Amino acid sequence: MNAPAYNLPGITPQPAMGASPAPEASVNDTGARTVAEVMAQTQVQQVMDALDHDLVGLKPVKTRIRDIAALLVIDRLRMNLGLAAQAPSLHMSFTGNPGTGKTTVAMRMAQILHELGYVRSGHLVAVTRDDLVGQYIGHTAPKTKEVLKKAMGGVLFIDEAYYLYRPENERDYGQEAIEILLQVMENQRDDLVVILAGYKDRMDTFFQSNPGMNSRIAHHIEFPDYAEDELAQIAHHMLEIQNYKLDDEAQQAFKRYLQLRKQQPHFANARSVRNALERARLRQASRLFANPHQALTAEDLSTLRAQDILASRVFQSQKASS
Amino acid sequence: MLTNPTGKVTQGQFSFLPDLTDAEISMQIQYGLNKGYAWSVEYTDDVHPRNTYWDMFGMPMFDLKDPAGVLLEVNTCRKTFPNHYIRLMAFDSTRGIESVAMSFIVHRPPQETGYRLERQEVQGRSLRYTTHGYPMDKPENSRYGK
Repeated sequence: MNAPAYNLPGITPQPAMGASPAPEASVNDTGARTVAEVMAQTQVQQVMDALDHDLVGLKPVKTRIRDIAALLVIDRLRMNLGLAAQAPSLHMSFTGNPGTGKTTVAMRMAQILHELGYVRSGHLVAVTRDDLVGQYIGHTAPKTKEVLKKAMGGVLFIDEAYYLYRPENERDYGQEAIEILLQVMENQRDDLVVILAGYKDRMDTFFQSNPGMNSRIAHHIEFPDYAEDELAQIAHHMLEIQNYKLDDEAQQAFKRYLQLRKQQPHFANARSVRNALERARLRQASRLFANPHQALTAEDLSTLRAQDILASRVFQSQKASS
Repeated sequence: MLTNPTGKVTQGQFSFLPDLTDAEISMQIQYGLNKGYAWSVEYTDDVHPRNTYWDMFGMPMFDLKDPAGVLLEVNTCRKTFPNHYIRLMAFDSTRGIESVAMSFIVHRPPQETGYRLERQEVQGRSLRYTTHGYPMDKPENSRYGK
């Protein structure tokens, strides 16, 4: 009934599309037979170099991305020889202390996976519990589905994912969101990568109470705390971007600051570093502000001195206690 | 059938072509997304040419980046209404345009019965013409089989 009842002149009947997958496979054959050849054809090397350059420390994260990239290269080679290459499951969970770079890495992950060719458009949709869970019966499913549809072709990043599950309230709608999430994570693995992030202990409880979620996530990546020299390096990076620098004395002072700050409660790794630098900038500004008639050079305006850092509360409390 | 050579309802884009495959539909969706259109899915079992407003299947989908999300909705609709007509519409929200920019049928009932021409004799030798779908005498949701 659906076949046309007429013939267009000059056209021979075509077999239905997708009926002959064999020639398609040879279309994908780029002719590469070694890893180096594939590397030359793709952007894998650039992605890995950029990652090493931009992110300080984070050994486990870099190793895992390297593995994923390697799999991509090998899959290309397999495809060239006509072997089946199934898209790997790339859902991830990032656990670690505050300020260890979970969100930063997730933002980059979308871009990295796109450049590696695992996701089609490489955008990141960052959501929290509020964006997924509704307020009344029947509100959650459309809300979650809408977010999932927006994230397709890219990465869905769920920050503080453990809030999705609230065991103390058995009528909580979070469970419904989790179920829809699980279904899409399983069925549309090619369309969407889900990254869950949160603090280690709370995520562990979350996974214990949702074993389905735990088993559908292939990559559990733990973000370690930064060492002191890594934190100093991060500070250097941050200042460089803002066109500031520390002079030699200030660098020494900042190292001491880090040592002291680490022992205090609520230390949030890179986030604490950023806050400390923000405060140092404020102090530098008021230091320069105090001499209204001094001509200021670019050097003056971009240098943070030791006194800007030593004025911190951290040093005060140490003096008080000693 | 001389009046309708393809033997199927021809409305919207691509309707004289063989049915689009999912891959081809994806490419059309991607084209629309690149243009900034918002896709929506609609269904009906009354495809009279004057029936402009079909039923919405979910909300129009704004801010999508990838066709997979739209295709997911199309497939859900196909599962829910296997014996209905389903079409995709792209809404262009540009100020001053604000209207449907693309529209094509993505799903048809397994048996399309088409429409007949009815003639009514009025006032002597005058004729009034109207089209009448064969299944239209049946109630909604059972017109193309359950």
